[in-house]
Amino acid sequence: MDLIIPSEGLLFWTTIVFVILLVLLRKFAWKPILGAVQTREGNIQKALDSAKDAEERMNALTAQNEDLLKQAREERNVILREAKAAGESMVAEAKESAQKDADRILVSANEQIANERMKAVVELKNQVGKLSLEIAEKILKSELDDKAKQESLVNHLVEDVNLN
Amino acid sequence: MMLYVKNISRIITVALFALLSLLPSNASATIVEGTVNSSKELNNFITHHVKDAHSWHIWGENKTQVNADGTVNVLSSTAIHIGLPVILIDNGLITANSDDFNELRWIEQDGDTTYYAQGKINETEYIMFHEKIYHLGSGLKLDEKGHPTNSRPLDFSLTQNVMSMLLSVVILMLLFLPAAKKYKKKGIVSAPTGRQNFLEIFVVFVRDEIAKPNIGEKKYARYMPYLLTIFFFIWLNNLLGLVPFFPGASNVSGNIAFTAVLAVITYLVTQFSGNKDYWKHILLPPVPKALYPIMIPVEIIGTLTKPFALTIRLFANITAGHIVVLAFMGIIFSAKNIGWAGLSVPMGLFISVLELLVAFLQAFIFTMLSALFIGTAVEEHSHH
Repeated sequence: MDLIIPSEGLLFWTTIVFVILLVLLRKFAWKPILGAVQTREGNIQKALDSAKDAEERMNALTAQNEDLLKQAREERNVILREAKAAGESMVAEAKESAQKDADRILVSANEQIANERMKAVVELKNQVGKLSLEIAEKILKSELDDKAKQESLVNHLVEDVNLN
Repeated sequence: MMLYVKNISRIITVALFALLSLLPSNASATIVEGTVNSSKELNNFITHHVKDAHSWHIWGENKTQVNADGTVNVLSSTAIHIGLPVILIDNGLITANSDDFNELRWIEQDGDTTYYAQGKINETEYIMFHEKIYHLGSGLKLDEKGHPTNSRPLDFSLTQNVMSMLLSVVILMLLFLPAAKKYKKKGIVSAPTGRQNFLEIFVVFVRDEIAKPNIGEKKYARYMPYLLTIFFFIWLNNLLGLVPFFPGASNVSGNIAFTAVLAVITYLVTQFSGNKDYWKHILLPPVPKALYPIMIPVEIIGTLTKPFALTIRLFANITAGHIVVLAFMGIIFSAKNIGWAGLSVPMGLFISVLELLVAFLQAFIFTMLSALFIGTAVEEHSHH
């Protein structure tokens, strides 16, 4: 029965001891500890938040970089394509002008050849005419050396002239 | 400030040791339980051990011889104990030492020889019977149930339990003040180390598992110092009670006075924290007005049963643990056969380990229920 009847002495001292303990621990232990724990938790939360922020910013940056890269790649492609086209057109132009030159040269060459040939032909004709004259002269000289022959020719020519 | 803290813990330590330097003495007259020879003596032995005491018995026993005139001769003694201050209020404040009860007597109670001590303090004769102090008057008289009919002075002695409790206060100070100082000195930039780390786990446990869920995010902070203090105070005293030798082995948290004080404080904190909704629920319960004469007393009794349950739960759990361990150990002596140790030691060990868990669990439950009661008192109801 004694066990379940509280004694006045222990009731009194427990109250005193507990209240003193509460006051002391509250002031010198719980306040600093809880304060520090809370501040640290706040700091950790802040650090986590800023890490998340940084990650987000990193992600944004990476995305931006990728965009830039993609754009650059596209630009490069465009430049390449343009360069290729320019090159091709230049080659084509060069070919064309070369062809033209060649044609022109061919034509003028032909003309020159024709001219030269004409000249040659004219020259030949002249030469042939001269030669013919000389031959005719020589023949005539030889023919007309002899009086009889001259007379026969004249006669012949006279005969041919038809006096109508 | 640091110096102040240091001084306080030093003062408490010095004060405690000053009290303890009333010094162990080879007791010639203090009652020391004798050998355990029967189950009845085992019963007395266990009851004695779970109760408070006016002197702190460390070890040993007396060999005595009883005389027909009620006096007792101590033939030899191996008993070592520490005499503790006795403080009585009996027409004024009376201080003495438990060793002042220096005359051993015996009386027949329930057919058994029961020892008690008699002593003269300030010209008045007192007797200490089963660790309770009575006026001697014209001698010790027992009623038919074996209880003394003598009158009692108010007894505010610094008993073994008070000393043990002070020891727990010193331990708590030595544990927490340096840890708190570390937080102050190193600030929050450094990671917690050593003891700080270990204590912080439990501080945060009380906050996150007990205070926040039961009281609520908004209001828990005000009650944290109280909840932390009862948690660590109960837990440490539970653990000290499990240490089987000096300066442990007191049954502080298994003493109903100790648990009652803490429960009453929780009750008072709850009532003083009660908001409008809480009091409305008690004084204007949501029932027809005709039922008020029944319901209001029921509601008020309802608030009183909570601290009562807190008191009994902690007291019964801790005391029961002590009784079971002592009973297992006592079997060896009451059976007078060391062979029983083969059963007693493993079972006692098992119960002791279980008690380690119970020590924490009961501290947790007491704190948790305190938080729960406070929580119901401060809870805001949006509708009612």
